[in-house]
Amino acid sequence: MAQRGVLMNQPADGILGRVSDLFFRKPGLLLLILLGPPLIWIGVVYVGSLVALLVQSFYSIDEFSGRIVREFTLKTYAELLRPSNLDIVLRTVLMAASVTVVSALIAFPIAYYAARFARGWVKGLFFIAVMLPLWSSYLVRVYAWKLILANEGVLNWTVEKVGLTPLVDALLSMPVIGGPSLSFSYIGTFLVFVYLWLPFMILPIQAALERVPASMLEASGDLGARPGQTFRKVIFPLALPGIVAGSIFTFSLTLGDYIAPQIVGSSRLFIGQAVYMHQGTAGNLPMAAAFSMVPIVVMAIYLWIAKRMGAFNAL
Amino acid sequence: MATTVRETMYDTEGSQVNEAAGQKTSAVELAGISRHFGKVKAVDSVDLSIPEGEFFGMLGPSGSGKTTCLRLIAGFEQPTAGHLKIFGQTVDGVPPYRRAVNTVFQDYALFPHMNVIDNVAYALTVRGVGRKERHQQAMEMLELVRLEEFARRQPAQLSGGQRQRVALARALVGKPRVLLLDEPLGALDLKLREQMQVELKTLQRELGITFVFVTHDQGEALSMSDRVAVFSEGRVVQVGTPEDIYERPEHRFVADFVGSSNILEPAFCQRIGAPEGLWSLRPEKIQLTDQSVTRENNVLTVSAEVSHMQYQGAVRRCVLSVAGHSLSLSVPSNVESLVVGQTVYARWNLDDMHRMVS
Repeated sequence: MAQRGVLMNQPADGILGRVSDLFFRKPGLLLLILLGPPLIWIGVVYVGSLVALLVQSFYSIDEFSGRIVREFTLKTYAELLRPSNLDIVLRTVLMAASVTVVSALIAFPIAYYAARFARGWVKGLFFIAVMLPLWSSYLVRVYAWKLILANEGVLNWTVEKVGLTPLVDALLSMPVIGGPSLSFSYIGTFLVFVYLWLPFMILPIQAALERVPASMLEASGDLGARPGQTFRKVIFPLALPGIVAGSIFTFSLTLGDYIAPQIVGSSRLFIGQAVYMHQGTAGNLPMAAAFSMVPIVVMAIYLWIAKRMGAFNAL
Repeated sequence: MATTVRETMYDTEGSQVNEAAGQKTSAVELAGISRHFGKVKAVDSVDLSIPEGEFFGMLGPSGSGKTTCLRLIAGFEQPTAGHLKIFGQTVDGVPPYRRAVNTVFQDYALFPHMNVIDNVAYALTVRGVGRKERHQQAMEMLELVRLEEFARRQPAQLSGGQRQRVALARALVGKPRVLLLDEPLGALDLKLREQMQVELKTLQRELGITFVFVTHDQGEALSMSDRVAVFSEGRVVQVGTPEDIYERPEHRFVADFVGSSNILEPAFCQRIGAPEGLWSLRPEKIQLTDQSVTRENNVLTVSAEVSHMQYQGAVRRCVLSVAGHSLSLSVPSNVESLVVGQTVYARWNLDDMHRMVS
């Protein structure tokens, strides 16, 4: 039997072995190969198109010829501030804010239960229940809601059987949020948005709460904090990064959506619809770009405030 | 004075009658306490009485119920049977935040979103103590554990030992009457652990409050506690001073778990001419000799063969084979003349054998 050398697998076994050896000696090379493509993707395709968007928003459109004038101007932004456009911005931001707040309120107990109490198959069931809606088509779900919320829909039918029709009528007769039926009002749009984005709120909160050890809550109680105080001083601050992460999803998804408000809701526009209209039928690309900048700016301000308020201190 | 005594005598409260009889009130009293999780009997009818000012150790292997017992005292768990009293007051169903006990957690459980001083001041914050006042008191506690210059740090910036002392300061700031410590030194390395053992003991003596601490380390339990309860399978098998536990184990389990011991079975005793019974004989009580007989009273000498030698630094562990049984003992490590297979004589004083119940 041949005597074995000090080195195993000698000489390097084929091309794969040699490549492995090379990566071992030059770990930076491996990093470059692994990170290069995604960095190029993010840098060029992602950030690049955002920059293109930003640049576009500083162009303007020639009102007579309908051609884009490629010169720096603030004209488009001035137009964005016109009452009719500002209305769209305000409506969208308010909708996004209320969808976010209500999603957080609904998501928190669910996430808390899942993180602190659900074990084994119950936890599996939780994940399936939260994710299952995401497996079916977005359009199918929104159209389903249109049927649910329609005057002849199952919701109205139930409300009628329970005898709560006056309540719904009162809601629908309210100014601004009301309308001829739930499927043609902001209430309807709001319900659909909350339904659509709820999983994106539940999961980050659940992940944040998952990282809070039980002993931390016990320590709080042990030191004399009543359950309410433990919630305010320990659970909530530690869940805050998750809530902020979730709200980034719900907020930006609502800000950008142009399909749901078109199917369920009043005929008044949201930012997404305005962008769609301006870049499509109207051919006003600078205006569409300017509208697109709104969610980005709003999110930037939101994150800046969240950071200032210490939302990320527990990270 | 006399009337006071008479009044308390008439009182039906057990603890006060005890006081009248000249006994201290128990800081913590467990009467027939059980905590069952379904079929698992984590704690099974435990009776314990821990006097005020005592440093009480709860020792046992993992899963023996000692930590559950501590959690019952803290109020994190509710007993499925029995009654728990803290300073004579029944605390059945009383939530943790109403109990005058505080806990130092095994993982310290410091709040990661607060700096050190806010962590320490937490008990005062939830009581509504003003910022200036609570920071002053928290600072005093930090001085007590010598961490005053770390007040503004985040817990993540501290070492294990420092975190442990922050946890201690945080638990003490509310001036609890009983301090519970769950494996407080478990996560520290050996040197730091020894140093903290001394510090904890000193601190307890200075503050004069009752410390109840859980450990699986028998050395720690023996060196720190005034009294120790040894847990096994949810039950307390023996309670006593460290000397009681070590010198006079009542059960095979205690003899074996606390230090190491030679358990002399009745059949074996018969063969070597020792008194009948089940005995524990500590290894350090056995000596080696080259004489087969002795004129001393009360000393037993047996013929043995060296079956195993193990170098352990300060000592060598030597396993003897005596009439088919193993006896282990320690010899100084400079004894190099012993070799496996050699015939020697082992002798010990009969008084050093301790009779066990089971």
